Amino acid sequence: MQFDQILQYVLSGLSTGAIYALIGIGFSIIYNATGIINFAQGEFVMLGGLLTLSFLDLFKLPLWAAIPCAVAVSTVAGLVFERLAIRPLRQPTPINLVIITIGGSILIRGLAMLVWGKDTHSIPSFSGDIPIIIGGATILPQHLWILAITLVIIIVNKFYFYYTISGKAMRACSYNRRAASLVGIDVRRMVLFSFIISSAMGAVAGIIVAPLTMTAYDVGVMLGLKGFCAAIIGGMSSGISTVIGGLILGVLESLGAGLISSGYKDAIAFIILLLILFIRPQGLFGKADSERV
Amino acid sequence: MLSRERLGFLCFALLIALGPLVFKGGYLMNVLVYVGINTMLAIALNLLLGYAGQISLGHAGFFGMGAYLSGILTATYGWNPWLAMPFAAAVVGCLAGLIGFPVLKLKGHYLAMATLGLGIIIYIVFNETVQLTGGPSGFSGIPNLSIASLTFDSDVKSYYLVWSFALAVMLFSLNLASSRVGRALRAVHDSEVAARVMGVNARLLKVQIFALSAVICSLAGSLYAHTVTFVSPASFGFNFSIELLTMVVIGGLGSIYGSFLGAALLTLLPEFLRGANDYDIIIYGSLLMVMVMFMPGGVVRCIADLYRKLAKPKHEGGHA
Repeated sequence: MQFDQILQYVLSGLSTGAIYALIGIGFSIIYNATGIINFAQGEFVMLGGLLTLSFLDLFKLPLWAAIPCAVAVSTVAGLVFERLAIRPLRQPTPINLVIITIGGSILIRGLAMLVWGKDTHSIPSFSGDIPIIIGGATILPQHLWILAITLVIIIVNKFYFYYTISGKAMRACSYNRRAASLVGIDVRRMVLFSFIISSAMGAVAGIIVAPLTMTAYDVGVMLGLKGFCAAIIGGMSSGISTVIGGLILGVLESLGAGLISSGYKDAIAFIILLLILFIRPQGLFGKADSERV
Repeated sequence: MLSRERLGFLCFALLIALGPLVFKGGYLMNVLVYVGINTMLAIALNLLLGYAGQISLGHAGFFGMGAYLSGILTATYGWNPWLAMPFAAAVVGCLAGLIGFPVLKLKGHYLAMATLGLGIIIYIVFNETVQLTGGPSGFSGIPNLSIASLTFDSDVKSYYLVWSFALAVMLFSLNLASSRVGRALRAVHDSEVAARVMGVNARLLKVQIFALSAVICSLAGSLYAHTVTFVSPASFGFNFSIELLTMVVIGGLGSIYGSFLGAALLTLLPEFLRGANDYDIIIYGSLLMVMVMFMPGGVVRCIADLYRKLAKPKHEGGHA
């Protein structure tokens, strides 16, 4: 096995890993604000990609305009989802929340199938398809876009959580919801915010990955689960550990597919997920926390 | 003397036994065979979810393992189906028991994700071990079950075969639910800490019920394989786990008859929605959400409550 090939797997693994990281951070933001694992997270990733397609084809918008529109519509979908499914729930036990978010996720998937059909669609790359050669491995400009956009989002995210009032309020909710409400933070509004932010991030992830992997009504399941896996590796943090978790997962998956067997590529993520949950449920970098066990 | 509960079960069994006389064979008979298999699966999941309060999104995997083990052992290795069935159940039960220890340490959302991952791994293995399972295109040539010269090859015969198993599972579960174990399970459901304080070995009990549930799924899988004589991975994917969950939630958590009702509704529903066969997932999704929001007790509980409201207080409705 040559070095070139390994480098190739690592580079393409990093860009898929960045996608997993974005989706994983979406999971963590909602989890930290509400204690909910949103099983519908992956569906917003799917919506991002497919809505961009519609804005491009149906409304003939240029790419730079179609993307923000798609993100906006997906965000509204996230907002509506929180309002209609999560907030009215009378008995918010974990099992009911699992069932309702699963219900929501298959409902969104089914509606997407009605709108876009069962075909796989592709959206154009952001800046052409001329490969760039890096030390014997080739990558596409889209890979660079993915890494750059992920980096920007992570920095903006960090800024939001540490330097704005609403970001600080959301962090307060994640430490202790009751204490947060006692100091005057509107917890329900923060829950809504968390759904808005994470559906927007999911949609962005879905848009930037679509030119590479194509998109269809059912891509949300796998991407969502792998994003969750990234978040678990990172200990459900909405910061850098989940990003590292996503990158580790992306690279391992890419190496596994290249060196072992591509058929078992998806199984790798789930085996890692189970191992982490069994052995280190607090995440690779976290301190012990009894809540998950 | 028969208790009310026994009497209720006998009436139910009698209704089931008379089924073929009413429907006189035909296509519906075939659907009712699936209702029987799905009833077993829904009861299995309900024991875990409704009684012990532990969610599983990977039960289609155990169902598939039973089906594939039975299919491969009989068709490829020439085992007697009656031997393959308990063997498959034992293997699946042991595996579920082993994996149950680490999995059931997890709670709530994490348990859901772990079992989901488990189900998907099993599904990927069905697809990838092509030499053994035939991969995505499936595995055919599985023999029917037979006793002496009686082969269960027609719909009516399969109906009686499947439903005798389903009724046995039902009776067993009803008894289990009202036994010491059933009470311990409900205690674990309400508060694991309290249950442990009362001397219930919650951890072991959860693993045992998980394994039992997997064994029932495996039996249902074997019956499925020997009735349909063909299995393919598509029947055992994530979507089917969700379908099972929907059956249990519709029927009502912790209601054995509810599981039958949920299984019957969800199995018959696609038959009435012929034109919209691809869009049934929209219906499952909406049903799940509506049920959790407006009828968290399930249909059976809802009917019982309604009946209680309408009838005089001395009457008690439903067997739920």
